[in-house]
Amino acid sequence: MHVGLEQYLTVSFLLFALGLLGVIMRRNLLIIYMSLELMLNAANLALVAFSRFNDNLNGQILVFFIITVAAAEVSVGLALIVALYRKRQTAHVEDLTSMKL
Amino acid sequence: MEALANLIGGTALPDVLFYVFAALTLLCGALVIANPFSRNPVTSAMFLVLTIISMAGLFVLLHAFFLAAVQILVYAGAVIVLFLFVIMLLDLKEEQRRKIKMFGLVAGVVSVGAIVAIFLKSLHATNLNARPAPATEGDTASLGKLLFTQYVLPFEIVSVLLLVAMIGVILLSKKDLK
Repeated sequence: MHVGLEQYLTVSFLLFALGLLGVIMRRNLLIIYMSLELMLNAANLALVAFSRFNDNLNGQILVFFIITVAAAEVSVGLALIVALYRKRQTAHVEDLTSMKL
Repeated sequence: MEALANLIGGTALPDVLFYVFAALTLLCGALVIANPFSRNPVTSAMFLVLTIISMAGLFVLLHAFFLAAVQILVYAGAVIVLFLFVIMLLDLKEEQRRKIKMFGLVAGVVSVGAIVAIFLKSLHATNLNARPAPATEGDTASLGKLLFTQYVLPFEIVSVLLLVAMIGVILLSKKDLK
């Protein structure tokens, strides 16, 4: 079967679904964060595929910016996790329920 | 034998490579979120590296060469090192298997089912195969030209964003947060 946009989009959606599953099911903050990265990567793949099959480089520029913002986001998020761990000695979402009513 | 030579030498090679990289991406992605052999976050981070590298392979197949390089440099280089650094810093123990909550299971299955349903619906609603053969090359020259002419303002804003993130991280990691 010839590989076209459809196949790339399928991979992208499956990867996004995997990341979503990880965010919902896992309880470790770091693993949740890695699943978020998976979802970002899935979106990137879809954008690059659209860019390729529409003869247009704008999608790739957008992916470039997404990668930059993702790097900034990861650094801030991991700093938050480290600060949280220093205060509470845990990286589990089940132990972080002080904002629960 | 002739079929094999045709497979490797002919036009079918990118297609074969696509399936290889796609399978590798999805397999390693699944092992990131649920590894049956190890509960160690370091293992997840390593499989995330594999996912990202095989995704860079997919980018190459899409002729996005610059993005493939950036993907490996930024993600596999910087982001994963940051992840590993934090994992080692926090000294997380091998996490014991906690019981998966019924709510989490149901919510996960429902949301993933919704995503897949939306995907199938949208794929059926559009005719993707009636496109001309693509010719876009995502090499450094063409991408850089676009980046420094049409997209120069977002580029500068992103550089400010990186500065803001750096200052924020330094503030967050100070010992006594005021």
